[in-house]
Amino acid sequence: MSEITKAILKARESGGCAFVPYIMAGDGGLGRLKEDLLFLQEAGATAVELGIPFSDPAADGPVIQEAGLRALAAGTTLKAVIEEVKAIREDVHIPIIFMTYLNPVLSYGMAGFANDCQEAGIAGVIVPDVPFEESGPLEDCLRMNGIDLIRLIPLSAPEDRIRKIAEAAEGFIYAVTVDGITGVRDSFGGTTDGRLEQLKEIADIPVLAGFGISTPDHVRDFGRAADGVIVGSAIVDALHRGDKEPIKELISSAKNIAVPAE
Amino acid sequence: MANTTEKVAYSAPDETGRFGEYGGRFVPETLMPALLELETAYREAKKDPAFVAQLDHYLKDYVGRENPLYFAERLTEAAGGAKIYLKREDLNHTGAHKINNAIGQALLAKRMGKTKIIAETGAGQHGVATATACALLDMECLVFMGKEDIRRQELNVFRMELLGASVVSVDQGSGTLKDAVNEALRYWVANVSDTHYVIGSALGPHPFPEIVRDFQRVIGVETRRQILEKEGRLPDAVVACVGGGSNSIGMFHPFVDDAGVALHGVEAAGSGIETGKHAAALTGGRPGALHGAYMYLLQDEAGQINEAHSISAGLDYPGAGPEHSHFRDTGRVTYSSVTDEQALEALKMLSRKEGILPALESSHAVHYAVELASGMSTDQIVVICLSGRGDKDVITVRDALKGGNGNV
Repeated sequence: MSEITKAILKARESGGCAFVPYIMAGDGGLGRLKEDLLFLQEAGATAVELGIPFSDPAADGPVIQEAGLRALAAGTTLKAVIEEVKAIREDVHIPIIFMTYLNPVLSYGMAGFANDCQEAGIAGVIVPDVPFEESGPLEDCLRMNGIDLIRLIPLSAPEDRIRKIAEAAEGFIYAVTVDGITGVRDSFGGTTDGRLEQLKEIADIPVLAGFGISTPDHVRDFGRAADGVIVGSAIVDALHRGDKEPIKELISSAKNIAVPAE
Repeated sequence: MANTTEKVAYSAPDETGRFGEYGGRFVPETLMPALLELETAYREAKKDPAFVAQLDHYLKDYVGRENPLYFAERLTEAAGGAKIYLKREDLNHTGAHKINNAIGQALLAKRMGKTKIIAETGAGQHGVATATACALLDMECLVFMGKEDIRRQELNVFRMELLGASVVSVDQGSGTLKDAVNEALRYWVANVSDTHYVIGSALGPHPFPEIVRDFQRVIGVETRRQILEKEGRLPDAVVACVGGGSNSIGMFHPFVDDAGVALHGVEAAGSGIETGKHAAALTGGRPGALHGAYMYLLQDEAGQINEAHSISAGLDYPGAGPEHSHFRDTGRVTYSSVTDEQALEALKMLSRKEGILPALESSHAVHYAVELASGMSTDQIVVICLSGRGDKDVITVRDALKGGNGNV
């Protein structure tokens, strides 16, 4: 079983749900990456999704776009992030998952990227602009290095497509709760009703919900229906403001999701 | 089945949307069902005589096709070599080739039951064409435009608004065309159920490069027929400018299997390739993935996309479409580049010699073609795709000439 799957199941078994925060590598300089990762580990994160900045992040909302621009302005590159992770990896015990657009990976070289990720102890990779049909070459490279390709499944997708992607998924399934981009939302438009549960039934690996989840209430709601949540913009925003309290609160809301007795 | 001696006709893209190794569908999962739906709907529409007839009707009676293939006698004299013909896309309604694709895609979207159209625009030509098609077909229209381009093209913004479209200012990034595409993609992901994205260039995820090419093929198809009527033979060379590559791919495609016709794509060299301030992805870039397709891109060593630079807003894009990328590698099309200054010279030359004020985009092709023709013999023929008229560029040209190379 993959390192990521194990970590999620462990969080689930202890009465809560998995909580995976997203942070942008290099936002505030790569020098603070270790501090941020140790803080998240300490606060009880199940794993961390580490964003690689890209000049044209077409799947991201304003908060992550701006964090990416700050990181790029600070000179952050994929290569530098991999090296930094490698240097600090022994202090970080939770799985690290890269979230990167395809072009920096192509530029790095796909095989070299997978190999260097393995050496840096990266457990999984998410590439938002590589859909199922285009995923073959990347999946092959990552698999050779024992790294999970984490797949996104929009809850709005047709059922046959959901089944096809779920079957190929590794680590966990990233359920995209709303059609749209990353970012804070108040409402989920009722579109997830039943679909998350349906996806959980289809999947034989954990399902984590993401996109728009930003409050402890969201965490509890989605944490009951899924195996855990991914929170991005709210974390990135809080870290940027230097206010760690909301992050602690979000993570602790995942510790006891008070699943109603059956 | 083709035997080994018979030449196999060019038929890209394949079913995965590849032109050679280029193209594909590098988009978020959320868009995949919409792309698959679009592909199916497009294949059906193409075979439906009613759809084809409807499109032909609008192209003829609304756009004003076919437009002339004009023998530019005085320009030919000035070049002193091959005969130069101009394919007059500048005479289309709205002033450029963009309308061919905008009407085609809007009709397709309507047929698919979509109620809302979005588009990106740089100079505003594709935005105006899409706003026009939406007014004609009574559809809601939202145009994404970079903040910087809105400033540079104030009048086109007003034109779009007069036509009933809403223009969304994109502040992200550098506030130019590539940022407008990012924002249009973001909007589309969130509104994909009722919205069609009319991409304006031969770019984006499959099937867009194929759809845009097919709707622009009318340029090359007419040119081929017209030159055969006028000269009884095919041209020796065909020249078109390449930004994303829509007018050029539409012009080139019907000639791809004619080995005797040399095809020349002209990119924008901006201040000069060596200065790094240019928009010539095929000349000065390398392959990568952006906006849904694998293609030649201007990018740094780490794979971050560089800004493009050109006096012509329509060529100011850091990539060149997947089919052009393929033709670059196979050598079927020769790509080269022309600077801002050379394009301005060509604009003045065509205005003076023929009384035709070309768009700055098309002026790049004019400059290259005049040089090409001057080295050819007088019994040879060169065709230029005059993709648009220059009225929209008058202020830009005035400012450039004032600041730079003196008197008009």
